[in-house]
Amino acid sequence: MTSLLILIPLFSVMVLNLPSRTMMRRFAFWLSLTLAASQVCLAAFFGTGLWSSPLDIYGSFFRFNLAVDNLSRIMLLSVGIVVLTAILVGRETIKDENQHFNFTNLMLLVLAGMNGVVTTVDVFSLYVFMEITAVASFVLIALQKERDALEASFKYIVFSALASVMMLSAIALLLMTSGGTGFAGISQSLKSLPANPLTLLAMGLFVCGLFIKGGAMPFHGWLPDAYSAAPAPVSILLAGIVTKTLGIYTLIRIAGFVLGPNYALNSILLLIGALSIVAGALAALGQKDFKRMLAYSSISQVGYIVIGLGCGTPLGIFGAVFHLFNHSVFKSLLFANSAAVESQTGTRNMERLGGLAERMPRTGATSIIGFLSAAGIPPLAGFWSKTIIVVALWQAGFRAYSSVAVMAGAITLAYFLSMQHRVFFGKIKEELKSVKEANFNLLLPALFLAAITVGVGILFPFVHDTFITSFFR
Amino acid sequence: MPIDIIILILLTLAALWTVMSNSLLFAAIGLALTSAILTIVMFRLNSPLAAVFELSVCAGLISVVFISVTTMTQPQSRQEVAQHTRDRLGRFKFLPLIIILVALALVILNLKPGAPLPTPETGEDVRNVLWNQRPLDLIGQVLVLLTGVFAVVIFFKEKSKDE
Repeated sequence: MTSLLILIPLFSVMVLNLPSRTMMRRFAFWLSLTLAASQVCLAAFFGTGLWSSPLDIYGSFFRFNLAVDNLSRIMLLSVGIVVLTAILVGRETIKDENQHFNFTNLMLLVLAGMNGVVTTVDVFSLYVFMEITAVASFVLIALQKERDALEASFKYIVFSALASVMMLSAIALLLMTSGGTGFAGISQSLKSLPANPLTLLAMGLFVCGLFIKGGAMPFHGWLPDAYSAAPAPVSILLAGIVTKTLGIYTLIRIAGFVLGPNYALNSILLLIGALSIVAGALAALGQKDFKRMLAYSSISQVGYIVIGLGCGTPLGIFGAVFHLFNHSVFKSLLFANSAAVESQTGTRNMERLGGLAERMPRTGATSIIGFLSAAGIPPLAGFWSKTIIVVALWQAGFRAYSSVAVMAGAITLAYFLSMQHRVFFGKIKEELKSVKEANFNLLLPALFLAAITVGVGILFPFVHDTFITSFFR
Repeated sequence: MPIDIIILILLTLAALWTVMSNSLLFAAIGLALTSAILTIVMFRLNSPLAAVFELSVCAGLISVVFISVTTMTQPQSRQEVAQHTRDRLGRFKFLPLIIILVALALVILNLKPGAPLPTPETGEDVRNVLWNQRPLDLIGQVLVLLTGVFAVVIFFKEKSKDE
């Protein structure tokens, strides 16, 4: 059953590119939307038991070694939500028919890639699916072939290639020391072997590669350019889920579940996390470009996830996973708002905007929900995940890191308030008086994501009983 | 053992020549040479099938593709070539030194596993491994190929229409 998560998008791409392309173009948007929406519903309403049920209709070749546990289920839900958002926004912002068709095909490939990453139980297959997602992302960033986007895509290729070399070298060392590439086998052999230089080198290389993929400081060089230069739906995809899946989920899986508790690794995670939180937030304060500010904000929020993981306790790991989900939602919401503002005003320069709440009230309202959640204001979803991380750090004795996480929340609030003030509040500029509210394709995903942010926050006791307790089982 | 060290030095030199060459054509030839030397390493490590794939795909097919694409590029003027050479030398002058220092560091560290390594599985039929044990990776390769096709269509096919 789990293999359908990869096979259906693959076969969809093949079907869409059959000779009758003209007919297929009209059908492509609805097919991709249906697939993403189905994934959201299945991940939200069905437990992990659904995915382990065998589907014998297509023979043994398509029975892949995949598994869905509670962590994978949360990731499948996040992937579905962000891909759904990006598809809806893409319909409005990518006007050229050819480009939109290519965009839809690449989205299906990214969906297959990310589903493979979050369900595989083998480190080499994980690497293969990470490369699928990364290559599709390179192409998506430069989809409209603008100069800045081509440069950003090239930068991402170079950094990603370096990360891939590091991860592949680490996989080779782990294969040598453990005799296999399965997560269970590697974990078992690491527990039975004494700590040795080769294993430590493998861990270090793998984690460095994942920091580059995830855009944590100081490995973030490619991220602000890629997020800001990419087309709007691609920025949503990158910020919402691609870097989270390729970098952060893989870090959680490898560091938390495969490599296991390790003092040296946890110390590095805490340090990198704290650096990302503070440096990302300070860099966001000085930005004029809406998307670039959100890019640096993403780096800061990734820091919270990494520092929660570095805590090493089950509560810290859960806080990291919960914040990963919340960040996917509220960051996608904020990028959807920036897409709406850019499409209606023609600019992302916050110095040239102002008073837009009067002309774009729904976009303004949903952006308030997004930024309050990002800043950790109750009772929204972001408040709960950040609180869990802070409490986990305090309980584990990392009081300094806990204090850094709390104080950086104030900087987060500052840059988001500054953004709101410059873009939505105040007196509207003369040249913006004719601006209208964004249309349905841009508003619907923003309202949907805002509803999730509010719902998860207010219904936290239900989320706790359904997801948190099952996560710890 | 000395022969292996000589082969590794040749491999490193070929890779350095590939990266530092200021001609795309020579860089493609350097890549083919690096792959050919890597093939020898694989034969010496008793992996003849991997060696054959490396030789036929990397030294053969990929080099042909790179050389074909290089023939479609426009040559630069003499001044541009001279400036480009100076820029590249400036950028890469520390690269051989870095490689030597990393190699020395690895020799000094003398990394050893500290316990007997598991015996690698040899003698498994590659067809059995690829088809029965790792079908997910085959599907992954199909996905990568499809993505590559879209990259070519988006960047090159539509560009020729614009021109």
